[in-house]
Amino acid sequence: MNEITKLIIDATTKIMKDICTKKLVNEAEQGLWASELWDILADSGMITVAIPEERGGNGGGYADAFNILRLAGKYAAPIPLAETFLGNWLLNQLGGEISDEPLTFAYPNKNQLFRFQKNGEGWVVSGKARAIPWARFAKTILIFGQTESEHVVALIKKEHGHIELGQNLAGEARDTITLDHTFIKDCQVIPIEFEHVSNQLWHSGALTRIVLMAGATERVLELTKTYTTERVQFGRPIHRFQAIQQQLAILAGEYAAAGIAADCAVDAFKPGFQSKDIAMAKIRINEAAGKAAAIAHQVHGAIGFTHEHILHQYTRRLWAWRDEYGTETEWGNQLAHQIVENGQAGLWSFLTDKKSIGRIIEKKESV
Amino acid sequence: MTFTNQGHSFEAYFTIDLKFRILYYFDYRYDILIIGMLEGLKLTLGVILVKSLKLSIAHFSDRTDAVREEIRSFIRQEKENGTFEPKCDSWLSGYSPEFSRKLASRGWIGMTWPKRYGGQERSAIDRYVITEELLAAGSPVAAHWIADRQTGPLLLRYGTEQQKEYFLPKIAKGESYFAIGLSEPNAGSDLAAVSLKATKVDNGWILNGSKIWTSGAHFAHYMITLCRTSPLNPENRHEGMSQLITDLSAPGITIRPILLMTGEHHFNEVLFEDVFVPVNMLVGQEGNGWKQGMAELAYERSGPERFLSTFPLLEELVNTIRLKGDVYLMSQVSSIASNLWTLRNMSMGIAQMLEENKTPDLAAALVKDLGTQLETQVAELARLLVSSENMTVSDQFEKLKLEALLHSPGFTLRGGTTEILRMIVSKGVIGK
Ligand SMILES: Cc1cc2nc3c(=O)[nH]c(=O)nc-3n(C[C@H](O)[C@H](O)[C@H](O)COP(=O)(O)OP(=O)(O)OC[C@H]3O[C@@H](n4cnc5c(N)ncnc54)[C@H](O)[C@@H]3O)c2cc1C
Repeated sequence: MNEITKLIIDATTKIMKDICTKKLVNEAEQGLWASELWDILADSGMITVAIPEERGGNGGGYADAFNILRLAGKYAAPIPLAETFLGNWLLNQLGGEISDEPLTFAYPNKNQLFRFQKNGEGWVVSGKARAIPWARFAKTILIFGQTESEHVVALIKKEHGHIELGQNLAGEARDTITLDHTFIKDCQVIPIEFEHVSNQLWHSGALTRIVLMAGATERVLELTKTYTTERVQFGRPIHRFQAIQQQLAILAGEYAAAGIAADCAVDAFKPGFQSKDIAMAKIRINEAAGKAAAIAHQVHGAIGFTHEHILHQYTRRLWAWRDEYGTETEWGNQLAHQIVENGQAGLWSFLTDKKSIGRIIEKKESV
Repeated sequence: MTFTNQGHSFEAYFTIDLKFRILYYFDYRYDILIIGMLEGLKLTLGVILVKSLKLSIAHFSDRTDAVREEIRSFIRQEKENGTFEPKCDSWLSGYSPEFSRKLASRGWIGMTWPKRYGGQERSAIDRYVITEELLAAGSPVAAHWIADRQTGPLLLRYGTEQQKEYFLPKIAKGESYFAIGLSEPNAGSDLAAVSLKATKVDNGWILNGSKIWTSGAHFAHYMITLCRTSPLNPENRHEGMSQLITDLSAPGITIRPILLMTGEHHFNEVLFEDVFVPVNMLVGQEGNGWKQGMAELAYERSGPERFLSTFPLLEELVNTIRLKGDVYLMSQVSSIASNLWTLRNMSMGIAQMLEENKTPDLAAALVKDLGTQLETQVAELARLLVSSENMTVSDQFEKLKLEALLHSPGFTLRGGTTEILRMIVSKGVIGK
């Protein structure tokens, strides 16, 4: 680990520990915006990591951003960090403007495209998109759509749309936005190659959930480990029982597997290009998430099933995140195609060859 | 060990494993397996009673079929009238006194009990059919569930005449609900650590201490409270416990909600501060509480609620796949369906045996272990299958999936954790 990486991890850990408390996470679920957490991260330059300084970012590489995100997962940070990273990276790539305000995007799904009509100085926009992470707290939102001639992405202000509140099963904001012949005067509308951008976001979106889950799994292991030394039954701490030891060992294995899968997927990440790593890591971590959550609850007994206890802030997120950007089944199908395409070379070559990774073009339409 | 496969035509089967110096003798007349282990010149023998895992097959009479038709048309009618929306885990979280009273008015609570106590003197299998139909439909049966399932049988077995006459008819009318007062902050799996103190006074006891995780204490009228009527004897911790019927509206009782991680109010903390319980509220014998409590467990663990908590989701999943017409996806449901079929047969076998006054504790623990694993699997299967093919699902499907998932941690904890059940089973199998 180099100096800078260590610095980022230490600083983020401290911020998360100090500010992202159980209370803050619960309050966010009740609809409160965690402004202090966002502002401190922004002031520390954590929001615009992996964008060159000359483009208005804070420099650093993607791995740094994913390290920050992993800690956000570990502390259940109720902010659109993943979305702002991806949104800004996309804007940067398309030559748009970067900021460290909360930003989110409506996933570019074929069946929720907005219609754009040029009207003098601005655009008239109509459409509806669902399950937008943290839309209610965002300053700006990237929406995808079509003009008469091409596909575009536009950066609109939240106020331009009508927001309906929704949430995922972890209580994280997943809102719906509707625009109905809304006239928007000055907004960036940038032409895009739709398939490419949508698939890019599908892959990088999955990677954000991968690292978030890796972080949450770590927290779940820590909580569980601690609990087994504190809870006494039959006159001894429960970690002295073999059944509990077995559970802990399985949980530790899932944590280790999740960690390496996330590391490798981050390592292989190159925006706009696909490799098998994200697919495999998502499948493996989704499985780890399910197992880890179940074991943690089992070991915690009834107390872990209560709202009062902190465990559910992580287990519910694991359950939610494993279904965002593709379940095991969805990624399994994609991987299956890749294996078939690898042809006679076979599975061993698929697993081991350092194949040059290809530009994403393949279709993928569900989120 | 392969003896069961090979031995069908033999009365007994005998084998020696030379490598491990183990000798097996299986006798089909008595269903016992004798294992001998040779260490040097010493032969150690162990006997396993295989019988305790053998279950009866339950048979339905024509009358039972009629009962099934009756309950099904009742449920259909109620759903059409919009009385309830199917829910996962409805026996725990579907509270509706109106629904309970409707069931009672049709004679479906306390069905097997003697008529003089408000029962219908129907068979355990008839009762089984009623309960499984209600659960499969996800109907709101939580209010009376515990009273019907275990308080009634407990009182019939150990209660005084006065208790039976007083409580049973009220339960059967769907008007009197009970809670289970076993767990305490320091007594979860280690139930023998119960410390709620009952001090003997004239005409009764004074209770001080607390119970925790008490399901439905906020709506139940009474609780069967396991407490210490004699101080703890470290040599035999099971001694000195008694079961007292506690009126939950008695002075000195405070009931505090403990919210589930979903925010729902389901269980509670019940605090006792100098609570008087009259002497006639003792169930069975003073000091016999542990044994009596354990006897309830076969009822508590073997019923259809141990594998049907997520059935409403499974039904909705099957519907969704059927509408899509995808046979391959449907084939993925087959394993769960076969497992369910097996568990149901085991569970009915136990119901049958309970009626014959047998105590198939081991099998009951197994039904709970296998059944609760299956309940959890259903939620996993649902999310994986439905995500496979851009399938459109109903809001109802999403709702049931959420309920199934978010309630799943409780399945393998309540009523004895998986770890504890497996210890019971393995001890039983080894014949200790
Ligand atoms: C939804 C729900 C409803 C409930 N309703 C009621 C109710 O109405 N009335 C009531 O009295 N109780 C109720 N309970 C409590 C339930 O019975 C207890 O949760 C259960 O007995 C476990 O106790 P615990 O939660 O204290 O866990 P603990 O006993 O602390 O166990 C923690 C972990 O350690 C394991 N463990 C403990 N001892 C051993 C050992 N010797 N060997 C191996 N592993 C061990 C357990 O299996 C578990 O995984 C309810 C619980 C739930 C979740």
